Amino acid sequence: MTEVVSSGKAAAVNPLKQSPALGGAMAFLGVEGSLPLLHGSQGCTAFALVLMVRHFREAIPLQTTAMNELTTILGGADNVEQAIGNIRDRANPRLIGICSTALTETRGEDMQADLRSMRERHPEWAGALDVVFAPTPDYGGSLEEGWGNAVRAMVEELVPEGCGTRTLRQVNVLPGSHLTPADVEEVADLVAGFGLTPIVLPDLSGSLDGHVPEGHVSTSLGGTRLDAIAAMGRSVLTLAIGEQMRPAADALTRRCGVPVKVFDHLTGLAATDAFVAALIEAGGEPDARVKRDRSRLVDAMLDGHFWLDGRRVGVAAEADLLLALTEFVAGMGAVVAVAVAPASSPSLQRVPAPRVVVGDLDDLEQGAAGCDMMIANSHAREAAERLGIPLYRAGFPVFDRLGTPQRVCVGYRGTRTLIFDLANLILGHGAHASAAHEHTGDEAAAREKDDRHAQAQAG
Amino acid sequence: MYEQKVAKAFDEPGCATNQAKSDKERKRGCGAKSLTPGAAAGGCAFDGAKIALQPITDAAHLVHGPIACEGNSWDSRNSGSSGPTLYRTGFTTDLGELDIIHGGEKKLWRAIKEIIARHRPPAVFVYVTCVTALTGDDVEAVCKAATERLGTPVIPVTAPGFAGSKNLGNKLAGHALMDHVIGTVEPEVSTPTDINVLGEYNVAGELWQVAPLFAKLGIRVLAPITGDARYHQVASAHRARVNMVVCSQALVSLARAMQERWDIPYFEGSFYGISDTSESLRTLARMLVARGAAADLMERTEALIAAEEARAWATLSPFRERLAGKRVLLYTGGVKSWSVVSALQEIGMVIVGTSVRKSTAEDKQRIKELMGDDAPMVDQIPAKQMYAMLARGDADILMSGGRTQFVALKSKTPWLDINQERHHGYAGYDGMVALVRMIDAELSSPIWADVRRPAPWDLAETAA
Repeated sequence: MTEVVSSGKAAAVNPLKQSPALGGAMAFLGVEGSLPLLHGSQGCTAFALVLMVRHFREAIPLQTTAMNELTTILGGADNVEQAIGNIRDRANPRLIGICSTALTETRGEDMQADLRSMRERHPEWAGALDVVFAPTPDYGGSLEEGWGNAVRAMVEELVPEGCGTRTLRQVNVLPGSHLTPADVEEVADLVAGFGLTPIVLPDLSGSLDGHVPEGHVSTSLGGTRLDAIAAMGRSVLTLAIGEQMRPAADALTRRCGVPVKVFDHLTGLAATDAFVAALIEAGGEPDARVKRDRSRLVDAMLDGHFWLDGRRVGVAAEADLLLALTEFVAGMGAVVAVAVAPASSPSLQRVPAPRVVVGDLDDLEQGAAGCDMMIANSHAREAAERLGIPLYRAGFPVFDRLGTPQRVCVGYRGTRTLIFDLANLILGHGAHASAAHEHTGDEAAAREKDDRHAQAQAG
Repeated sequence: MYEQKVAKAFDEPGCATNQAKSDKERKRGCGAKSLTPGAAAGGCAFDGAKIALQPITDAAHLVHGPIACEGNSWDSRNSGSSGPTLYRTGFTTDLGELDIIHGGEKKLWRAIKEIIARHRPPAVFVYVTCVTALTGDDVEAVCKAATERLGTPVIPVTAPGFAGSKNLGNKLAGHALMDHVIGTVEPEVSTPTDINVLGEYNVAGELWQVAPLFAKLGIRVLAPITGDARYHQVASAHRARVNMVVCSQALVSLARAMQERWDIPYFEGSFYGISDTSESLRTLARMLVARGAAADLMERTEALIAAEEARAWATLSPFRERLAGKRVLLYTGGVKSWSVVSALQEIGMVIVGTSVRKSTAEDKQRIKELMGDDAPMVDQIPAKQMYAMLARGDADILMSGGRTQFVALKSKTPWLDINQERHHGYAGYDGMVALVRMIDAELSSPIWADVRRPAPWDLAETAA
């Protein structure tokens, strides 16, 4: 049983956490023609926007209700209504996704009621604009909670109740924020490869995949179509990836009776096998390609495990990504020396380490001394330098490397790439002596391992 | 509590924009007009305060608020340090729901105590944010108690985000320095050529590009405010002979306050462009001599300017031919618009537009002096319109900040970063050479011709 402890400091030092509102906005960006709106002061939007721009290297459509002290105390409904009007004039999106912040939640507003009366006042919105509100106060978790809340809010607002006629072979895929845009595409391809038709919500692979549109677009550049979202109630199955997606998946079941399967993540052979088993159960059939991919992953595990076996790894990430990465490295024989998450989550109970710290990158740095490798976002680069160990960049934000949103770490193919990347990082750091040599002091075992490494190199 | 501070910040006779306003407009404050719900862009007052103070490298900077304020923004500014690294550590009280309900003062106190015990900084800056301003945490009282009981200066920075713009936050940071820092420490030695440089944050090491010029003239930067500064330098800044204000609007109120309290004369200058750099050095020397520096400083300055200008022009001459006539769209704010205009004109580039959305009447006058009465000054350009301009080929290159980066790139137009987050310094003579090199490299990249070629299937269609 994994013990989950708080770091116990009064001040977070080098925060690992981002705000839930940022996560909510990111989820809304996975819908076509959308424009997220943060309900807070203009700085809330500016910081979230800059951080996403640095990570995705894309223009990020994101607006603000520009609250000040007075409007906060009096209630922000007027600002929300004004903001929606101005956004419609300038960008004319099909969807505006509103995310609250600590500022507006501290005062407390009944945004759903406010929106109902706004819709009555603006009949012109009907059929032209959907407005979805997601509660995402800063103190309610981290990025992934905001992402999950936004997707649940979209399900509750945009998927009509009742199941209607089921569409055979249509399945819903709800990817968590721990999947990159390229991961999302890989999962959709995998599902399609089994002869099933996926509806993916949200779908960053259409909007934040890095492409050049024909002309200027003031909203999201692509993503899930609204008519596809409305059709989700008729799917035969919902595949939710990540604990953070459970509330959204459950909402679909509640509203439309779609059965749901929740997977923690899709990184690793066992995790991908479980997902593929579900696809087969849903009536899908594997093609030759996927069989070949599985075989290649097995081969990569055989080749790569020498370099990860016994290595001590420190990992800091959002809960669902932390679970994915730690299960994967532990599955390759590495030791999770320290695991840090920014906020509590049921996922943390399943992390293969004696304890998980709910804390910050300072906790990672303290715990990772003597490790062979660190896995965290770009904010950890100076900690890794101080400790003299290599950093594998994962999660959000990654701003000092190109192409992170285009990297695949899920499914048979993605896991294979991940094995090679991690093993190469160890190799590139000149670590020829085995982990056992450094940490157990068992000379005989170390010599034996060195021999194995030498053989592997020669082979 | 913070309302009075904000109102005080708006009462700024040294600010050119303010002088041009009516009494009523002035009361409304600056930045207010840009805060339209659904159509606002830009950072908040907290952001501005952090930009202005975080470059004090040996201090701890603690953000008292919920996670977004620091969690989403730390580790984003490229302000260089020649020594201490504590300023790069992100500290925040990361308030939870219960902290907000019951008040966050105790957590703040414990956080300050932890930081001082572990890092022994010369000072801790505590930043008030929207939520802690709204719930009424008495941050000033906590800081005062901490200063007394923990023996380390703990400075409250009262610039909650919703007070206004980034620019206002810069000003409020200046107030915090006046109220709590400057004048609290005496320098070990004073020289007749001690200066402070205000509003230069050593972004991409720009202070280091001009520091050698000062060194050659025997001018000592007593306190950089605040690029690559140590706390004790800023605390002893009141003994400088002259203040140079680099980023005109942001810290001019601090310069004026220092003039009132300590009789330090100030001037506004720039290190962007060759002639502006020379002019700034000249003014600096003249003002120092007037305040008692040796009279030969003037001659030595002229000699240095002559040598540096000759060297810079010699390096630039091959580029002049390559870049003459190339059309630039400049999209930046305030002081930078005129200082960069003069720099680019010096090498023969054509300015097809320069934004003046954040510029003062004085800034605009400078642009007119440089470019004539029909200077193509533009206000805010909506992204859609800018995309159309660039796609049409109205400019050969866009020079702007990160916000409009992708408008240029998605229209397949060369782009150069000239804002906060950039990684190359463009200050002084060497900086100008670096800027021109960057422009040349960007314009002559082989990718432009390649990415603008139509795709094969489009060619096939045209042929058919």
